[in-house]
This record gives sequence, C-alpha cells and structure tokens, in this order.
Amino acid sequence: MLAPYMPIVLLFALAFAFALFSVAIAPFTGPRRFNRAKLDFYECGIEPTPTPIGPNRFPIKYFLTAMLFIVFDIEIIFLYPYAVANKELSLFGLIEMLLFIGTVFIAYAYVWRRGGLDWD
Amino acid sequence: MSLAASDVVPGFGDQPFWLIVIKVLGVFVFLVVMTLFSIVFERKVVGRMQNRIGPNRVGPWGTLQSLADGMKLAFKEEIIPLLADKPVYFLAPLLSAVPAFLAFSVMPFGPEVSMFGHHTPLQLTDLPVGVLVVFACSSLGVYGIVLSGWASGSTYPLLGGLRSAAQMISYEVAMGLSIAGVFIWSGTMSTSQIVAGQDHRWYVTSPLIVSFCIYCIAIVGETNRAPFDLPEAESELVGGFHTEYSSFKFAMFFLAEYINMVTVSALATTLFLGGWHAPWPIHYIWAGCNSGWYPMIWFVLKVVAIIFVFVWLRGTLPRMRYDQFMHLGWKVLIPINLAWIMLIATVHVLRSRGWASWQVAVTVVIPTAAVLLIWAIAGEAKRHQNYVAAAEEEEAEARLGPAFPTPPLNLVVPKAPAVARASRARASLPRAARRASVSQQGDDDE
Repeated sequence: MLAPYMPIVLLFALAFAFALFSVAIAPFTGPRRFNRAKLDFYECGIEPTPTPIGPNRFPIKYFLTAMLFIVFDIEIIFLYPYAVANKELSLFGLIEMLLFIGTVFIAYAYVWRRGGLDWD
Repeated sequence: MSLAASDVVPGFGDQPFWLIVIKVLGVFVFLVVMTLFSIVFERKVVGRMQNRIGPNRVGPWGTLQSLADGMKLAFKEEIIPLLADKPVYFLAPLLSAVPAFLAFSVMPFGPEVSMFGHHTPLQLTDLPVGVLVVFACSSLGVYGIVLSGWASGSTYPLLGGLRSAAQMISYEVAMGLSIAGVFIWSGTMSTSQIVAGQDHRWYVTSPLIVSFCIYCIAIVGETNRAPFDLPEAESELVGGFHTEYSSFKFAMFFLAEYINMVTVSALATTLFLGGWHAPWPIHYIWAGCNSGWYPMIWFVLKVVAIIFVFVWLRGTLPRMRYDQFMHLGWKVLIPINLAWIMLIATVHVLRSRGWASWQVAVTVVIPTAAVLLIWAIAGEAKRHQNYVAAAEEEEAEARLGPAFPTPPLNLVVPKAPAVARASRARASLPRAARRASVSQQGDDDE
C-alpha cells in the first residue's frame, strides 16, 4: 500500500542530498576575504536604518491575507472530494454544493464590503 | 469511484527498486536540464524581443551560458549578514529547492513503455490524489521564501518575502479553484488517469477553457514571474527575498524558481492540454505517435510552449501595481472561478441525466457566461468612471494652484560680485581687447 510513496521518498532523498551538498560546499569553494562592510545588511549602499531589537515587524495587512487564504483553502478542500465524487452524488451533491458555495459567498461578500480585500 | 476502490493507481503498485532508482535519476536530470535550458531560452527569447542577440559566447550559440553561470556561482564568496538568523538562513534555500523537485514526482511523461524488459508507465509514481502532491509541494515552497526573507534580518528581503508569500497564497486559491473544475470533469485526482481521460478530446476544448485561462493567470502569480514579479520588483525591493543570499544558496533559489515554472507548465499540460497525447492532427497522419517513447516529445514540446508564453509575457507586459494585483486575484479570479465551478458541476450532472449538449449550452452555459461577462464589463466600466472622476478632481485641484505657501518660482540666482565686476569691465573694453582677454583665460572658453 505504501509502495507508490517509495519513489517520492527516494526523490526527496536525492533532492535533499543535492541541495544540502551544494549549500554546504559553497563556503569551501568560494574565496573568503573579510570585510566588515560586507556583513552589514544591504540597503543600496546608504547607511543602514537601525532596526528594532527582536523579531522583525510587518504590516498587519499580510496577516489578514493569510486568514482569508485559510478560509478559501478550506473551501477548496471541501470542494475536491465533492468534485471527484460528482458523478455518484449527482443532483443531491450538486444542490448541497450550491448551498455550500452560496454560504461561503455570503462571507466573501461581507469581507469585500468591509474592505478586507482592498490593498492600499 | 477510484478513491474508494483502491489506494493504488494501477501500474504503480509493484515497481522493482532498480526501476524506481532509474526513474528518480531521470526526473532529477530532466529537471536540472530543463532549468538550464529555460534560463538560456528565456534570455535568448527576451533578447530577440528586445532586438538583441542574447547570450552567444559560451558553448554553441550560447547554449551553455546558464551552466557557466552556475559554475561561477559555486566559486563566489558566501556572505552571511551579521544580523541573519543563522539556522533559518541556512535552511531556507533547502526548503525552497527540495519541494520544487518533489512536485514533479507525479507528472506523467508518457504511456507504458518497455524498460529493460519491464513494462512500466513513463511516470515516477502516481497516487489517487496525485495532483494534491503537486499542490502540497508548491505550498511548501512558500515557507522557503518567507523564511529566507525573515531570516536575512534586513528590510528589503523581509518585505519581499512577505509580498511573495501573500502573493503566492492569494493566487494559490485561484489556482486550486480552477483545478477543481478538472476533477469534476474527469472524476479523479490521479494525474495518469486525468491524462487517460483526455484520450480523444483535450479538456481545454470543453467548458474548462475558462478554468484553463484562470489557471494560466494564476500560475504566473504563483511563480512570481513578470508581470506579477512584485516580490523582486527591482526598483522597489532590490532583489526581494534573496537580496542577502549569495553563492550556491542564491543558486538554490534560482533553481527552485525555474523548476517551479517547469512544474506549473507541466501541470497545465497534464490537466488541460492532453498531457503526453500528440496534438490534434498528428494522430491521423501517424498512428504510432501515442505509443512507446514518442509521447515524451509531445509532453516536452507542450511544456516548452508554455514556458515560451511565460517569457513572452515577461518581454511584453509592464509590472503591475500591488493593489491592482491583489484586486485581480481576490475580486476577479475567485468569484469567476466559483461561479464557473458551479456551472461545470451543473453541466456535468445534467449531462449524466441524459441532457443533450445543446440543451445544456442553451439553458446553462450561455446565460451564465453572459451574466459573468456583463458583470465583468460593468465592473470595468465603473472602475474607469472612478478613474476619470479622480483624474478630473486632481486636475481641478491643480488649476487652483498649490494649496501650500510656495516661494516664487521665477527667481534667478544673482552673479557673485567678483564675476559681475569682471564681466562689466570686459563689456566696457573695445572689441579687439575683449577677444584678447577671453583667449587669455584659457582653452575652456574657446
């Protein structure tokens, strides 16, 4: 039963080995010339802006996008099994799915109306 | 119902180990070669589009250019910024590259062939949920990008990584929804069976054409390519999430980007363009075109054709603004997609209940398409109106003049006293003396 997964594991091993080898060997193949200025982070050559201590901060907007993504991704997850079993479920499945998509559409319209999809 | 029937797609249950090893190596080499090829291909094609020749020095017609670039990257110094989060910084390129390779494990290259006396499909493996593997791997790629941006400890990569993540997940929704239509039509998620279902007719020639168009738009956003290459918008974010990466770590991101491009092209081929089946008229001329190793040619040709479209887009279209881009993803592609999935499901059910194609077309497809079209045109008209109104307002404001105190703009800087005195004295001299005094000042004035 797990036989079809075997090639995926092997490909993973090969790809991982390749990537790890490449990344690990790079410091040895390349030159090493120390220069303090190189280690600064890059801001087009101007004096770098001092950053706050601790984790980087980012606009809350991205968080909202991530939440919306989860909503729609779960909708997709419900859609796929229905899509595959579409023939067997026939009219019953169709009506159920129309109701489901309609419900999600209401939430979608609400988010749209409240400006959750706008990006300024 | 394939899901309940068995957990194994026929043909993939009992492959001998040596065969798996050969196939794994084959897929790996194929991907690396396709990456090297795509980079040169892109540079050549973009060059021609911009009236240049493109790379032509390394190897015959410059074909080895990307290989040379890769070698060069290996001998470049690796710089790790002081503020970088070392373990994550190290892990991010791996997280980007490895899933990119894995996504290709379920792509069907061709039908059953004979390999050293063993009959086996020209495909690494297949699962009843094959397409989901591709999908899962492309989602994992987001981690590599967002973590690389975060771990660099720098502003540009952070913003680039976040943008990229937001963009990829936004367009993944559109991509996932467009694929759902294919599952309805084919009744399976296994890639080999989807291709088998397109034996006589490619899915792109059915109502799935709308899904195909949306998929094509979504994959450009998903792979961060122009005109949606906002994460690496050079004029804004330098290089985006990989600004702080150098040497082979940078090469890993580059590799992942191009492999992802090949993967989404291959998925488009598999789902909509008939997979490894020969293009339409060839089937009549040459009976053997769909058996043996030949289908691999059709598969690669189709993939390259889609990559060409990618390059074409890059050579033609300017970059979109981020708000326009998000507008397109969330407010245009998703509603059209949802409506079209409902339509496809309705059509499929009606067909299975014995309706004729023309009845379905008249009662369902044409009205829905008309409504969607009117909605899209009306939305565009409204946006245009808003745009015109905003422009008029701006113009009216400009006519009123600046709203803040500005200094007079016609001021002339007076000459320095010494210069003024000298020029006055020169003007009072007779003409011959003036010329002499000018030539004395040196050659610059001549």
